[in-house]
Amino acid sequence: MDEEYYQRLQQRNAADVKMLWDLLDTVKDPEVPALSIWDLGILRDIQREGDRVVVIITPTYSGCPAMDNISTDVIQCLNDHGYADVVVKLSLSPAWSSEWMSPEGRIKLRQYGIAPPEDAELDADGLTPEAHAACPHCGSRHTRRVSEFGSTACKALFQCDDCGEPFDYFKKI
Amino acid sequence: MSDQIKKALLEYTTRLGDDAVVLGHRISEWVSYGPFLEEDIAYGNVALDYIGRARMFYTYAAELANDGRDEDDFAYMRNDREYHNLLLLELPKGDFAYSQIRQLFADAYYTLVLPQLLHSKDERLAAIAAKGIKETKYHLRRSRDWVLRLGGGTDESHQRAQKALDQLWGYTHEMFDMDETEQLLADAGIGVDVSTLRDEWLAIVTEIVTNATLSVPEDSWAVRGGRIGYHTENLGHMLTEMQIVHRSHPGCKW
Repeated sequence: MDEEYYQRLQQRNAADVKMLWDLLDTVKDPEVPALSIWDLGILRDIQREGDRVVVIITPTYSGCPAMDNISTDVIQCLNDHGYADVVVKLSLSPAWSSEWMSPEGRIKLRQYGIAPPEDAELDADGLTPEAHAACPHCGSRHTRRVSEFGSTACKALFQCDDCGEPFDYFKKI
Repeated sequence: MSDQIKKALLEYTTRLGDDAVVLGHRISEWVSYGPFLEEDIAYGNVALDYIGRARMFYTYAAELANDGRDEDDFAYMRNDREYHNLLLLELPKGDFAYSQIRQLFADAYYTLVLPQLLHSKDERLAAIAAKGIKETKYHLRRSRDWVLRLGGGTDESHQRAQKALDQLWGYTHEMFDMDETEQLLADAGIGVDVSTLRDEWLAIVTEIVTNATLSVPEDSWAVRGGRIGYHTENLGHMLTEMQIVHRSHPGCKW
């Protein structure tokens, strides 16, 4: 298990509001609905301040347009379970890292048709390589990068030369 | 924090927001005009990174100003003279080569500025920089690849890329200017002393431009004024388009 993820898990297990963490497992990223905000590592902390619930989330990329939706969904979810006073705060530091993604999230991502970050060997600059990300459909490594930027900021676009399918690769940052 | 520093910090944060929103908007003008679909999407992504960065700077500026304004007021309710962005970033998108050369200049610049801002004593500026650093790596790789491709491409693409270099070069000097505000913050360990970055910037740009079989222009002219609100005619036109919806429907939410 990745160290960064292990730390997150420790924090969750030690939380005095475990139930709230469990509730928020139902909040998905609207752009990658296979993943919960926990799986993605966007959910940073949950605190109780009297009757108020403070949820701290962090954006994956500076311009991630999903953050507003996610805030609304978090508030809605907790409201539906009887928590009337919910505040969502945005935290920028430390900056989100794809290392924070849960192991379950990585499997779900692959099943959903998106190659998770570890399915490609990064190039010398530590960036998305030009080729050989594992195709989430057929598993082949005969793939090539079509575009550095995919359908959302967090992904790059690849194509598989064996099964012919295009697929998204979740960039490692 | 002294009042003087506080005032300078507000100005500095606003400048950084202005730079990001102006460039972000210019890049976004390529959406649906890209040479092919993937490039179109790439442009959209890079624009979003910059606009997201602008939102973070403006949100912080609004908190520092503490006068009831929010991020939208900073973006939409100020006129061109109140914008203190770098002139380079406001120039019209031009042709594809022109936009990519501008992008190379900007990406190389942020590759140097953001790691310095990361060490700012101001935690918020450092946090915004931390997010931008990772994104900028991808931006620079893309603009570098395009400049190499355009320079080494056809006679037409080569010629256009060289023309863009020549036309834009005089706007790059302003990126390394310091004024009283920025010096005060640099001395306080909050802002970046950009005057120390030019040699390194020149080295990055020269390597890429030379590999692209293009020539680095001579330093024969320079245009300045963005940081004090003296703009080219282009910013006013851009803001008119960018601000019209917000100003026509005050307080509108959707």
